[in-house]
Amino acid sequence: MKEFKAKKQNEILIKGARLLDPGSKLDKVADMLLRQGKIAGIGQGFPSENADVLDVGGCVVFPGFFDLHAHLREPGFEDQETIASGCAAAIAGGFTGLCTMPDTEPVTDTRGVVEFIQRAAEKTMVDISPAAAITKDCCGAELAEMAELVQAGAVAFSDAPHSLANAGLLRHALDYACMFKVPVIDVCEHAGLAGDGLMHEGAMSTRLGMRGIPGIAEDIIISRDLHLAEYTGAAMHLAKISTKRAVELIRDAKKRGVKVTCDVTPHHCLLAEESLAHYNTDFKVKPPLRTVADREALIKGLRDGTIDAIATDHTPHSPEEKQVEILAAPFGTTGLETAFSALYSGLVQSGRLPLEILLQKISVAPRKILHLTVPALREGAPANFSIWDLQAQRQVTADSFYSRSRNSIFLNDTLQGVIKAVCNKGQIWQA
Amino acid sequence: MKKEKYLAEIIDPNGFQRTLRRLASEILEQCGGAGNLVFIGLHTRGFPLAKRIIECVKTEENVDVPIGSLDVTLYRDDINHRAESLQMQVTDVPMDIAGKTVILVDDVLYTGRTIRAAMDALIDLGRPAKIRLVVMIDRGHRDLPIKADFIGKYLPTSLGEEVSVKLKNIDGEDGVYLVSTEREET
Amino acid sequence: MNRHLLGLEYCSREEIESIIQTGFSFKEVLSRPIPKVPTLRGKTIVNLFFENSTRTRISFELAQKRLSADTVNFSVAGSSVAKGESLRDTIRNIEAMKIDMVVVRHKSPGVPCFLTECTDAVIINAGDGLHEHPTQGLLDIMTLQEKLGSVEGLKVVIVGDILHSRVARSNIYGLQKLGAKVALCGPPTLIPVKAEQWGVEIFYDIGDAIRWGDVLNILRIQLERQSAGLFPSRREYTQRFGVTLEKLRRVDKEITIMHPGPINRGLELEHDLADSEFSVILDQVTNGVALRMAVLYLKSGVPAQE
Repeated sequence: MKEFKAKKQNEILIKGARLLDPGSKLDKVADMLLRQGKIAGIGQGFPSENADVLDVGGCVVFPGFFDLHAHLREPGFEDQETIASGCAAAIAGGFTGLCTMPDTEPVTDTRGVVEFIQRAAEKTMVDISPAAAITKDCCGAELAEMAELVQAGAVAFSDAPHSLANAGLLRHALDYACMFKVPVIDVCEHAGLAGDGLMHEGAMSTRLGMRGIPGIAEDIIISRDLHLAEYTGAAMHLAKISTKRAVELIRDAKKRGVKVTCDVTPHHCLLAEESLAHYNTDFKVKPPLRTVADREALIKGLRDGTIDAIATDHTPHSPEEKQVEILAAPFGTTGLETAFSALYSGLVQSGRLPLEILLQKISVAPRKILHLTVPALREGAPANFSIWDLQAQRQVTADSFYSRSRNSIFLNDTLQGVIKAVCNKGQIWQA
Repeated sequence: MKKEKYLAEIIDPNGFQRTLRRLASEILEQCGGAGNLVFIGLHTRGFPLAKRIIECVKTEENVDVPIGSLDVTLYRDDINHRAESLQMQVTDVPMDIAGKTVILVDDVLYTGRTIRAAMDALIDLGRPAKIRLVVMIDRGHRDLPIKADFIGKYLPTSLGEEVSVKLKNIDGEDGVYLVSTEREET
Repeated sequence: MNRHLLGLEYCSREEIESIIQTGFSFKEVLSRPIPKVPTLRGKTIVNLFFENSTRTRISFELAQKRLSADTVNFSVAGSSVAKGESLRDTIRNIEAMKIDMVVVRHKSPGVPCFLTECTDAVIINAGDGLHEHPTQGLLDIMTLQEKLGSVEGLKVVIVGDILHSRVARSNIYGLQKLGAKVALCGPPTLIPVKAEQWGVEIFYDIGDAIRWGDVLNILRIQLERQSAGLFPSRREYTQRFGVTLEKLRRVDKEITIMHPGPINRGLELEHDLADSEFSVILDQVTNGVALRMAVLYLKSGVPAQE
């Protein structure tokens, strides 16, 4: 685990970088002057006597990323991640905003826990917007006190990492949430169909002798949730979709005008079930890595707008938990520190996804889904961005993480794109 | 890969047959006839050599002497020092050897390690009254205190040389040759 | 030759043939007055059984003793694993005691593969979850070769709970590599998805399977599969998939019956059939020791990757 050190921003002059902000239709090489945490000017020839000069010729500046789906583990599982270490990991991956999932201990289902998370986040460089539990203790039985939770700062509701099995209760949650303009995030997996599966059900699981989680375990919940969204008219967000059929169902629903949004993880866009051939537990994730056909459908969904956002599903696990036999290992991979460079290497470089769309999915769309302010590279806006050297590469090694955990699905991969610096909340972090 | 380079003929086909007859006579003389004899040939050339000696015994005494084949792979002392496990050969000793005089037959006696392994293997098969060793060639360089009772020919050799015993019943022609072998890198 | 034995999927035809041929040589060793050889003296083998197994463990243990290896048995009950020690730590600890070979059985698939990454010892898979049980597959093939000469072109039906069977998977890979034709027979709920990827016939009626095949390899049906909703009742299973003398007599040909044990007499196999002239079940057990000796002997000599 690496030590994270940020500095307070003085006057900073960022020289020579390409500024890329699709939201502001900005794409040019220019200098950028930061003063008091804000972008004071974009252009050329700023005086540099009083400023710290950051010469980043050849690098690119993007507005800060936002992760819709991060498990930061605090309170309750601080051995795996704390809010501080999770935020350090986020910054190291270019994420300046996070939506944290409620599977803490105690569960994020009271004002107390929401405020605890926000207080802890104040000391970090990241803007944290917690999602609160839909049901008390995420038990799927009774609704949590949603109005109070929204008042405390919750920006969404979810029982992640589980789907809310009771469709009647989910319907009530959607209806109730209409009062606050806050989306309900469902993770789409039918518990009965998923059973105690370990990987995608198919030829590969049969060969490897692993119980499977069929694609329909997801599709059936997606269908149900789309019907509920259509019926209630509420804002429904479907997290971590992974099948071709899910993409098709959502595409059709959107055509019909259903108010639904969805996200996909980097690893589902980049990897497939074959990765499990050697029973490496780092590849044991939920939903499971699917087939190549599913993966290609997800990429198409990103391109055509069916899939709104990219979410990392950052799920830290300690080595003691994860470095065991595959049957006993928990699901999940960390994601914050690798998301952008993995997608850039895997999709943008190969020309399968334009960089502008990637930025849209990883920075703009997640915040719009949660009705949050979108950062921009424009004069007067808060300095909220990351700087990347896209010509450079790095190897993902076990000692390269700011996260407390190192269960990365991209461990030992070489990724294109190295982060140089991040600015947010009046602070700067340099790699 | 091993490549054999022919150096000299040590025994020609006629001489080979004469040697077999002499060995058979010596065995019969020293063991007091064929009555209590059992021949055990070692893989791979000891077994066909044993067959040839038995033919001579039959010519001389008109009796059928029982014969068995013995593979000593599992008794070797270098099993933990080899790069790969050796493929096993057939061990077929269909008769009881307890109380018998076992005539152990091999083509070349060299370090004596194979014979040591063969004696251990034999004793696990039963308790022979006596074990006698017959070899076609004794080439010297013993590592262990082992000595043959009946020798076709004593042939001093250098370590770089090898002795190749050919048999009519498997190679098409009888004979003993001195060869040099060089390991070919592959 | 592979250094470890993880599964027959990863073995070449040559490797399988070499192991089985050596198995026959060891069968001769077992028939000697002293059925023991000094071959693996000084080698230490640990039997790491995380799952209960009497037969396979005894078979391996006997094979090890017949080869004069030193053996240590490690079973989960009362061990540190039950106290929360990780598999990796367990194997590291065992390895620190200078172990040459590990025979492992575990309920999780892939554990033998996992162990090859945490130790230098040779790993022999004695059954990993629903994945493979290679020595059982090999001894089944050896038994068929012994009885029928060759398995080339032979039609073998694996009957029963294919879904949860590591024996089935090892048999499929091994038999097909040696040129046999394989079919599966069982209720669709107990046939794994995409089983057709193996190029096997699938029968849902035991009568059809008997008409097609020369050999029936009958798997044990575990009754907890019924409570999991995979078949309705013991009675219905027996009627439709149970192998009986009467069903065998309906076809006019010689059928060989195998079973990896332990048998549920009266469920998957009629009471007396296991002891009939059709059965080679006890030959399987005898051959099991010889075959495992062959595996231990051959693998003891394969060096670590340079």
